[in-house]
Amino acid sequence: MPTKRKAIALISGGLDSMLAARLMLEQGIHVEGLNIFTGFCVEGHTHAIRNRDRNRQKRNNALWSAEQIGIRLHIIEAIEPYKDIVLNPRHGYGAHLNPCLDCKGFMVGRARQWMEQNGFDFIITGEVLGQRPKSQRRSTFPVVARESGAFDRLLRPLSAKLLPPTLPERAGWVERDKLLDITGRGRHKQIALARHFNITDYSQPAGGCCFLTDETYSRKLQDFWDHREDKNYEFDDIMLLKVGRHLRPGKNWKLIIARDSGETQYLRGYRSRFAHLSITSHSGPLSLIDGPIPDADVETAARLVARFGASRKAEVVDVEFTDQQGNKRMLSVTPMKPAEVPEPWYV
Amino acid sequence: MVCVADELLDARNLICPMPVIRTQQRVVQLDRGQVLEVRCTDPGALFDIPAWCRINGHTVISTETQGDEFTVRLQVGDK
Repeated sequence: MPTKRKAIALISGGLDSMLAARLMLEQGIHVEGLNIFTGFCVEGHTHAIRNRDRNRQKRNNALWSAEQIGIRLHIIEAIEPYKDIVLNPRHGYGAHLNPCLDCKGFMVGRARQWMEQNGFDFIITGEVLGQRPKSQRRSTFPVVARESGAFDRLLRPLSAKLLPPTLPERAGWVERDKLLDITGRGRHKQIALARHFNITDYSQPAGGCCFLTDETYSRKLQDFWDHREDKNYEFDDIMLLKVGRHLRPGKNWKLIIARDSGETQYLRGYRSRFAHLSITSHSGPLSLIDGPIPDADVETAARLVARFGASRKAEVVDVEFTDQQGNKRMLSVTPMKPAEVPEPWYV
Repeated sequence: MVCVADELLDARNLICPMPVIRTQQRVVQLDRGQVLEVRCTDPGALFDIPAWCRINGHTVISTETQGDEFTVRLQVGDK
């Protein structure tokens, strides 16, 4: 009896990777999934923080996808090694701060390591030729295969017929005739295939599953870099860029103002590490002060925070300021009027 | 039935998918049949940890909500 070949599938939680894995199962391949958490994944975070997302289905789409097609899923944390991809992308950024081509090489490279450590035979991805302008082109597919070290053990079942045969095809582990020739940004072939496999519920993230493709997030990250001595970051730094309104009235400090009670609850976890402001006379958001705030600017910060609470139209608002050492003092301030907040302060 | 856990994992203040990743890392160190208790504050963990258990062959014994904290007890299956 021939050996049952094993494939590790990169599972993002979207439809394409799910279909690619499902196609391999059809060919009798043993498939397990791999999902890599870089810290920039959209998955789940806003669900856990913001009030407006509280009623959305709280599920990890990669786990959901794996369960739908009946495969195991391994989730790898790669926050530290991924920094080099974000900070020094060999192939540059896309429209925002998204290093898509380097990222793809990184992901496939991690899958290759996993494959080698666990005795698997090849790697599959849900990549589609021509779907992404930077990372999914005929000229970039070989770059990913080469830089990841996967070489011809990397199979893209959805577009395989349009690409040179890989080892799994040449060796007869999979039948090339049963692979697909999908190309471009259209979704109708994938949707038809999903229907064929009776997959009716799948994630369709607009703009991808990475915060680095998001214009607003990228702007905050660029601002973060512009005001630090070096671009290195900690996990909490990039998490906080996902939360709250960010306003920078000072060169060396900015405010992170919670937008709802869910974000206030989340920011509470950071109070011991940041100077912060709390409105005590009215209901209002908790605000962290990121960076050394000059004493002369504390009143400005308090007036700004008061502008975003239920206190916005009050004449006098009481705000408690706590410095980084935990020392507290009270301020009574008049909330800033919208016209008093310069547009460039908004990050 | 009171089930005493062999191991306790504190995943409070971690946001998805970190509670699942920490659970996965701890389960690797345990033997089949041992019970792990995971404490979380991300409500998504109540869905994600059981889903991870189902697809990886482990059994969720119980889930519990107390205020803003959630506890999942699972029994390690074949790895």
